[in-house]
Amino acid sequence: MSCCDGFSRSQFLHRAAAEAGRGLPAIEPGMPLPAGTGLSRRKFLGTAFAVYGAAMLGPRIFGDGIAAAASGPAQPVLVSIFLEGGADALSVLSPQGDPLYRKLRPKLGLTGGTALGEDSRLYWHPALGGLAQLYGEHKVNVMPAIGYTNADQSHFTSRHYWEVGATDTHLQTGWLGRYLDRVGTMDNPLQGLSLDSTLAPALATTKVPVASIDGPDQYDFYSRNVWGEVEDRMLAAIGGLGGAKGDPALAQAANAAAQVDKLRNQLLPFQGDDGIKSPVPYPKSDDEFPKRLAGLAAMLASGLPLRVVALSAPGSYDTHSNQAADLQQGLQLTSDSLLAFQRDLEARGLADRVLVHVWSEFGRRAAENGSAGTDHGAAGVGFLIGTRATGTLVGEFPGLQNGLDKDGNVTATADFRGVYSALLEQWLDMDAGAVIPNASAFARPTLVR
Amino acid sequence: MEFAGAFGVPEAERLLWRAGFGPRKGEAEALAKLGLAGAVHALTNPGREQLVGPAPTDEKGRPLAPYDAWGHDHTWWLDRMVRTSRPLVERMALVWHDWFATSNDGVGSQRLMLQQNELFRSHGLGSFQQLLLDVTKDPAMLLWLNGSDNSKWSPNENYAREMMELFTLGADHGYTETDVRQQARALTGFRNDWRSGVGPTGFRYDPKYHDTGIKTIFAKRGAFTWKDSVRLAVTNAAHPAYFVEKLWSYFVGAPLDNATRTRLTQLYLSNGKTVRPVVEAILKHPALYDGPRLVKSPVVYTAGLLRRLGAPIKTTAWAWLDGMAGQQLFYPPNVAGWDDNRWLDTATWRGRWWIAQQVLSPFALDPGKATQPYDAVKLVDGALAFWNRPQLTPATTSALVTFAKSALGDAASTSWKKKQYPVLAQNALRHLIAVAPELQAA
Repeated sequence: MSCCDGFSRSQFLHRAAAEAGRGLPAIEPGMPLPAGTGLSRRKFLGTAFAVYGAAMLGPRIFGDGIAAAASGPAQPVLVSIFLEGGADALSVLSPQGDPLYRKLRPKLGLTGGTALGEDSRLYWHPALGGLAQLYGEHKVNVMPAIGYTNADQSHFTSRHYWEVGATDTHLQTGWLGRYLDRVGTMDNPLQGLSLDSTLAPALATTKVPVASIDGPDQYDFYSRNVWGEVEDRMLAAIGGLGGAKGDPALAQAANAAAQVDKLRNQLLPFQGDDGIKSPVPYPKSDDEFPKRLAGLAAMLASGLPLRVVALSAPGSYDTHSNQAADLQQGLQLTSDSLLAFQRDLEARGLADRVLVHVWSEFGRRAAENGSAGTDHGAAGVGFLIGTRATGTLVGEFPGLQNGLDKDGNVTATADFRGVYSALLEQWLDMDAGAVIPNASAFARPTLVR
Repeated sequence: MEFAGAFGVPEAERLLWRAGFGPRKGEAEALAKLGLAGAVHALTNPGREQLVGPAPTDEKGRPLAPYDAWGHDHTWWLDRMVRTSRPLVERMALVWHDWFATSNDGVGSQRLMLQQNELFRSHGLGSFQQLLLDVTKDPAMLLWLNGSDNSKWSPNENYAREMMELFTLGADHGYTETDVRQQARALTGFRNDWRSGVGPTGFRYDPKYHDTGIKTIFAKRGAFTWKDSVRLAVTNAAHPAYFVEKLWSYFVGAPLDNATRTRLTQLYLSNGKTVRPVVEAILKHPALYDGPRLVKSPVVYTAGLLRRLGAPIKTTAWAWLDGMAGQQLFYPPNVAGWDDNRWLDTATWRGRWWIAQQVLSPFALDPGKATQPYDAVKLVDGALAFWNRPQLTPATTSALVTFAKSALGDAASTSWKKKQYPVLAQNALRHLIAVAPELQAA
């Protein structure tokens, strides 16, 4: 047991599933089901809802839903995957060919795994077979020491820097949010989508709406003994609760209601009993991550107007203790799910429209601590995945002899703001200077072909 | 500086939202009669606790098992918030749960989490230094931030860092990376055992595990222990301002001005770093009454709806419903606690919709039996009366009337619709009021 589990942001729903039979909360008619419990939604829907709901849903699906879908332009999509807690770069890509590795990691040093073609010192973590496979297909850019100079070792400060795209503690908008403020529209919350229980700060905008959902098929609303035309009109009235002006908290609540109304209409085609159909299998897990990626592919396939999407990877990466087992579990599910997502996109003919960026707020101390874990470090590891990725190293692994700073942390060989600038310019067709403060100061790697 | 305006029912109601979980029926009126000073004194010196109403149960009517069953821990505390006669004591416990945010995700024991919770309840208004000492050796915290992994042979800096960054000084204020490492050495010595079937047990301080060497912390040298570590943190020059700023943010939406910061800091120091006088000063400050509203956190929202209706706890679904809205008790997202600025988005708003549905479900009128007036304005008035007449803006009231008219529509032309649609509309109106902006922020 360690603090580190706390960083997984794993949700109550997963625990409910994990502890099913031991006080699993009751499901009452019409309640949304705890995802991942394996319980059927159908069986809990009230009769009245089934009768009247079906009648009402039909025309809507073939009305607004498809209309919205058909109007979705085929813009490039960037998916951001956060390894929360500071993933250990020296395990994700273990420098087994570096003579100092075993000295610094006497207990945690890894063996085995696939070698990284471009740098014979580095080996993929054995749980990352999926990513290694995609790398072999030249679909992965590897960033073995990504970060910034004078790395801050606070989780919250460093992740904030990554989220806002600057080493500025006061910036309130996310880097992806600022991109959306320039290209987004007022009537499309899905343009910036968190597939999570709350909104990802990287998506925070000042102007245009963004959305957060657990999954596209989990956006239903119910009220006991309200059905038929009255239910329909009640749901339509949600957006009208946005009248209260003046007070910022009232405005925030009103704004949320207005966005809920728009999003509910956009997602109507995904509600109902059928769920998500995927052309490829995804890993089975109590964690929502693979299901969310499957839902994301289905949303893209239906033509919904998504631009940037943020998810948290499963797993515990703040590995102050019990690192070996925690990392294995999290990396395995993350990598297997990302491989399935890539195959899904390829099967649906969408692969050329999507890039997946994997990041963490920092790496960890090169020397292990005494608790079979590692403390906070500096440079970390990142990936860019997709058929349009150039499939090459971004920055180099600096080595453990000369590549550590005075605190014993890996120094960065590529700056995250340079990667953001390259993604904006090469993938999203946006002047980086308009989004990233002082963008001209950072070298752009070639990320997109 | 104290609020000098008239302390009427609206002011008493706002005070009850900030210092508790909103009013029960008649509570704001009674509090208003005490005046500002009397009302604040009643909240900060509440006497013996009385729990009002029937004891909580799960959905089958069985008593809760907060140490053992999933979600019963959350429900147990929520019930305490709903039924307590000492709302500020529970509200302070919630503040400390967020301030020293510990998650059972990393602790793995509801019993230890509830033990820590009792600490926040019993010491919540006393000495901050004592609270921090108790938190530092609290078993749940020792597990959560690796305090009992931290020994002289293998230092672990997790607790040392967060103690300064989040609990006492603020990120990059008054300490360096060297201080983090040296504080970690001072904090060595805690350990625990692990017994199969029991889990972590035998939490204790063992001098053999403590690094007795000289440490340099904040440029002071000494053979510091964990008690010195806490003392050095709370006597660091950066601490008082961080403390009052953070405490203020839990109660008031407006930023803390310099004059008030200075005054609160002096109050904190002249009272030996006791929490109660600072809380009292904040609760009397004009900005609490004149300033903007705050979005209620999900548990405050839930407890508030239940208190407003005098409704008892009869399900443990509250744990996952509040989780849907972004706040399952004992599972803060990380050691920095919940983000009070981001409670509302499209996912968490939907969580609040389902919370309101669960609150309202036992009261839902049966369209086959109940009767309601076939009149939009009367329906809205009935729904407002159901909620004990919350203050809504004209814009929201008008949106409700517009909905009621559209819901009735041309139902008059069909006899069963004319009878049943007003009942459905009444249920819907109650739900729409519960999720209206005015009930989400206070």
